Amino acid sequence: MTQEKQDTAVNPLEGFLRMERIPHIWCPGCGIGTVVTSFAEALKKEQLDLDKVAVVSGIGCTGRVAGYVKLDSFHTTHGRAIPFATGLKLANPEMKVVVFSGDGDISGIGGNHFIHAARRNMDITVICVNNFNYAMTGGQVAPTTPMEANTSTSPYGNFEYSFSLPTLAEAAGATYIARWTALHFRRVTKSIREALNHKGFSFVEVITPCVTLYARRNRLGDGLNLLRYYYDKSEIVHNADTRTLDITYQGKLVVGKFVQKEKPTFLDAMNTHLGNVLGDDYQLYGRLNDDRD
Amino acid sequence: MRTVKADPKGVLTGSHYLDGDYALAEGALAAGCRFFGGYPITPSTETAERFSERIPHVGGVFIQMEDELASIISLIGAVWGGKKAMTVTSGPGFSLMMENIGLAAMMEIPLVIANVQRGGPSTGLPTLVGQQDMMQARWGSHGDYAIIALCPDSPQECFDLTIKAFNLSETYRCPVFVMADECVGHMHEKVVIPPADQLDIVERKWYSGPKDKYMPYKNDADGIPFLVKAGDGYRFHTTGLTHDERGYPVINAEAQDICVRHLCDKINNNADKIIELEEEDIDGADVVVISYGITSRVAFRAVQLARKEGIKVGRLRLITAWPFCEKRIAELAPKIKAFVVPEINYGQMVREVERSSAGQTKVVSVPHCGGWVHNPLDILAAIKESVK
Repeated sequence: MTQEKQDTAVNPLEGFLRMERIPHIWCPGCGIGTVVTSFAEALKKEQLDLDKVAVVSGIGCTGRVAGYVKLDSFHTTHGRAIPFATGLKLANPEMKVVVFSGDGDISGIGGNHFIHAARRNMDITVICVNNFNYAMTGGQVAPTTPMEANTSTSPYGNFEYSFSLPTLAEAAGATYIARWTALHFRRVTKSIREALNHKGFSFVEVITPCVTLYARRNRLGDGLNLLRYYYDKSEIVHNADTRTLDITYQGKLVVGKFVQKEKPTFLDAMNTHLGNVLGDDYQLYGRLNDDRD
Repeated sequence: MRTVKADPKGVLTGSHYLDGDYALAEGALAAGCRFFGGYPITPSTETAERFSERIPHVGGVFIQMEDELASIISLIGAVWGGKKAMTVTSGPGFSLMMENIGLAAMMEIPLVIANVQRGGPSTGLPTLVGQQDMMQARWGSHGDYAIIALCPDSPQECFDLTIKAFNLSETYRCPVFVMADECVGHMHEKVVIPPADQLDIVERKWYSGPKDKYMPYKNDADGIPFLVKAGDGYRFHTTGLTHDERGYPVINAEAQDICVRHLCDKINNNADKIIELEEEDIDGADVVVISYGITSRVAFRAVQLARKEGIKVGRLRLITAWPFCEKRIAELAPKIKAFVVPEINYGQMVREVERSSAGQTKVVSVPHCGGWVHNPLDILAAIKESVK
């Protein structure tokens, strides 16, 4: 085998993945892997020191991302990835802390943590893979399931109103918000790059097919068809009013970068405020490695 | 286990008049705790207040989280970020923390949780005393694991035992509880804080081998794995799932056996080293009164009264409630007529005394549902009854 051929046989993400844990558990046609690839691409393009990037996941299909990335990676409890990330970031502010989890984890069981981290403008990035259902447990109805959609716990169709996550994020105080579908590969990558560079709470939602459960129950075709469908149904409206982003069953998807603004982060606000009030008595917080020696 | 002298920045050396809640915060700061994720709950709130006031002068973070689920897991994140971390709560908050107490046990995280106990169940008696969370401390999260729990009987011990709790948590890489109660938490007494160079602090067991060889759950010769700090290039993985030495999930009965056995054995096999008891006049006693926390101070009065009546009474105070001192109880049981166990609950630790006594002596529970401490005369009556 020539050197060239050997090189092409190597997974392009090898340095980024825990290859000993591959194959992964995701179904063929699932979009989570695509989002992970976008994330890896974003890290590569930004030339970030991977020793300083942590991934925190909750529970669920997307919750398994932490287990496959060759970074400091934390697979935590259901819904609690964001407060875990908050503790990690505050303890070690030099790190880029990325929460990678699903819609149920972030907006259902972890919804309270989501809004409060956004409110504090905690300097973390949240990548939410939204597949409209609780997939790991068998495709149950989620806070993001569009009305009418059939799931295993809405077998006659969903009659609950659903969350629009960018709307929620902006109302709570997030300072960077974007939404794409998994097939917007380059745009997802670009948004993740912007999110990683953003100081403050950044949120990237990626709409992704759940081919095994959501798509099958609703007879929406295979993964590629559905990816394509979401892509075709999307309309890019940058800076769209986030109150106009509701998702309807198989309806139009407004995507784009909706919010990008500057606001002091939790730590900046803490240091500024306590410095002003306490003067020289205040021990400025967040110097690198200040607790090790 | 490597000890260093306390960082003087966090040590408020001197003689103070403090309540137990404040003393918990001072103990944490002296032990090197620089991260506190809290949520207010009576009767523990003063600890969070004290920490939030003191930490800007010491260097560290206080954050009031959105609920107790968040506060406990923020600690786990902070520990992986390299900090020593603490939170404080009471019954209802303790219930909410159970999920991630399990994660801390599973991930083997050194952290300290103080529970200033009030009467339960549910919202119960927010401002009044209870000792009703003792079994919850041991068994509250699902699955099998072991923890350590200490019971201060005074503000001074709130300070001392919080330092001890941090030291134990770092030694055994596990969550440690300081099971205070509302009386001790709100009682003002003299608290003497020694100079920093008189306080021995156990350092985190940092890993120092080759970076690519680090395994977060590979036991050292002492049975306890090493820790690292995220961001230092180890690029490790950890999970709440059953895992192998690398921290990778393994879902089968063999891996579960190794993982769970380790979580329990690392505490249980070191019980003799961990357990601290206070004993008085046990030799030749007919009755031994076993108590902890505020109840031990009430029981002391009953013991004095019983002695005046000529009864040979010994006193055993559980400074360490968990792991339970089962060997000591088994040793004493055949030599005495009875154990008398007053506690501000409907009979919790008394079950451990019964189990450890294994029928070799009488075990008399003196329950109290909470809201106030026992009347010493009730304990006296139980002592008298037990030697009949």
